[in-house]
Amino acid sequence: MNYRLMSSVAAATLMATTAVAEEVRVYNWSDYIDESLLDQFEQETGIDLVYDVFDSNEVLETKMLAGGSGYDVVVPSGTFLQRQISAGAFQKLDQSKLPNRENLWDVIEDRVSKYDPNNEYAINYMWGTTGIGVNINKVKEVLGEDAPVGSLSLIFDPANMEKLSECGVHFLDAPVEMIPAALAYLGEDPDSQDVDTIEKAEPVLAAVAPYVQKFHSSEYINALANGDICVAFGWSGDILQARDRAAEADNGVEIEYYAPKEGALMWFDNMAIPVDAPNPEGAHKFLNFIMDAQNMAKASNYVYYANGNKASQEFLEEDVIGDPAIYPDEATLENLYTTSPYDPKLQRVVTRMWTKVKSGT
Amino acid sequence: MLMRRALLIAVPYLWLLLLFLVPFLIVFKISLSDIALAIPPYTPTFKDGIAELISQLDFENFVFLASDDLYWKAYLSSLQIAALSTFMTLLVGYPIAYGMARAPEEWRPTLMMLVILPFWTSFLIRVYAWMGILSSEGLLNQFLMWLGLIGEPLTILNTNVAVYIGIVYTYLPFMILPIYAALDRMDESLIEAAEDLGCSRTQAFWLVTVPLSRNGIIAGCFLVFIPALGEFVIPSLLGGSGTLMIGKVLWEEFFNNRDWPVASAVAVILLLILIVPIVLFQRNQQKQAEAEA
Repeated sequence: MNYRLMSSVAAATLMATTAVAEEVRVYNWSDYIDESLLDQFEQETGIDLVYDVFDSNEVLETKMLAGGSGYDVVVPSGTFLQRQISAGAFQKLDQSKLPNRENLWDVIEDRVSKYDPNNEYAINYMWGTTGIGVNINKVKEVLGEDAPVGSLSLIFDPANMEKLSECGVHFLDAPVEMIPAALAYLGEDPDSQDVDTIEKAEPVLAAVAPYVQKFHSSEYINALANGDICVAFGWSGDILQARDRAAEADNGVEIEYYAPKEGALMWFDNMAIPVDAPNPEGAHKFLNFIMDAQNMAKASNYVYYANGNKASQEFLEEDVIGDPAIYPDEATLENLYTTSPYDPKLQRVVTRMWTKVKSGT
Repeated sequence: MLMRRALLIAVPYLWLLLLFLVPFLIVFKISLSDIALAIPPYTPTFKDGIAELISQLDFENFVFLASDDLYWKAYLSSLQIAALSTFMTLLVGYPIAYGMARAPEEWRPTLMMLVILPFWTSFLIRVYAWMGILSSEGLLNQFLMWLGLIGEPLTILNTNVAVYIGIVYTYLPFMILPIYAALDRMDESLIEAAEDLGCSRTQAFWLVTVPLSRNGIIAGCFLVFIPALGEFVIPSLLGGSGTLMIGKVLWEEFFNNRDWPVASAVAVILLLILIVPIVLFQRNQQKQAEAEA
């Protein structure tokens, strides 16, 4: 990690001294865009685009809170966005430079305003749910035809997990995803900020942890697609990418995604401009470019995540807009919950609990 | 003349001051601060003025570390993993160094080259390669199954065994080189003398060769033990969720809890633990230098 931090500091210094051509530096999640859009942006605007990727909100947040990241556009998820806004990490968007903003979807803007009141600091890029990916044939082989694939009892009932451990289960290594899910399974409020309620999640998670082959937040895509594991609790688009990779490989693996019927976490990844961005002007141009209906549709068609752009929907391919796993129907949408950021004390309880669940210490 | 000498001595001290003492003081200062939702995420900072700054610092974070068993368990488990892997590195490294030192003169530069060669590839890539070797569909399991030694793939990746393999592999050259240097300097006629005086070959090895390479062994062990103790990359890539090492705990404090003050306190204690072997190592080096002079 040191090396990474150092290299980014070095890169930032280098940039400060050699900034001749106009440049925009974007820091986005890995595997999260159609890369032809990056060339297109450079051609349309004549601005050099430097595109870096990260794989966890924590890494992004640490850079934002350290300050001087050198990035012009970053993509934090909802609760992280909220916390970084209160830390003063972002600048207010200049709406006059974002004419494409009218393309955005009011339903999603409304939900994001929970984290960013009045949508002053960020625009929604993509959103999705956290749920269960299953290798349907293997799961039925192990648990029988009536396996509860659409329910959290598949992954939180030790009796099921004991059998599933034969064919392999991965969980996200993210307590902010797993604890709300365990609370939803118990029928508690998944967005609870109460220590006693949150601690009820621990026995549920600890009971099934021994049957989890790995806690990891990205390896499950390949593991599911190759048939190495039969169940993953992960992010919707990632599991759908696994489904497609398996279909392309034609290896007989059939993946399905379910947003659990007890409720599924709905999350939002949003683009914002750091307060110390070297080129806020260019950052606004990039945001406006991304909010173009056709560009946004291109990105969603590529990564299989829903976006917050109403106007883009007419350009979406049928297997994206028509797939209820990506664009849930009204009934499922009702069943989705959102979460709020934990305060530092609670965050410590949550991290500690997660270490205990994973390592038994 | 005197001026030049003072300058010469000043260089290493300046080095130590800039690259060790100043960073340490910064970390130590953060460890006495409180977590805050701001940039940077702790308070107080130098912006508050020196007097204000000093009045707000306290040892609260160190008290907190003592109150949760996670931390001392992680320190202990890191010490155990580092000690055991140092011992295994010695077991593997000594015969290699011995073989090199006893090889014909003209081969030695090539053998030396082969030991250093892995450094030409990024450390991270080499650890990733081990993930490919040790995974359940990996090279090792496929080979063992092809031999018919095992029927089911062994689970090695994401266990402590993989961490030991990773550390031994990564730090092996640091063990081999000082031992080789010691053995290479050894006067071979001493072995002949021992044999003339009635020692068997094994006895001569234990009574003459090993004691004479003692300094190399000590240097090698410290060079492996010290970095292995705070290792983060190897346990996080090769270890499992049950692998408890202080490097990983530090990462979690920093990134998951975004608690820079507690993370800094963990780092300060790690340094205090390391000071003991570092001082011992320095003393050994000094004694050796004096003996040679």
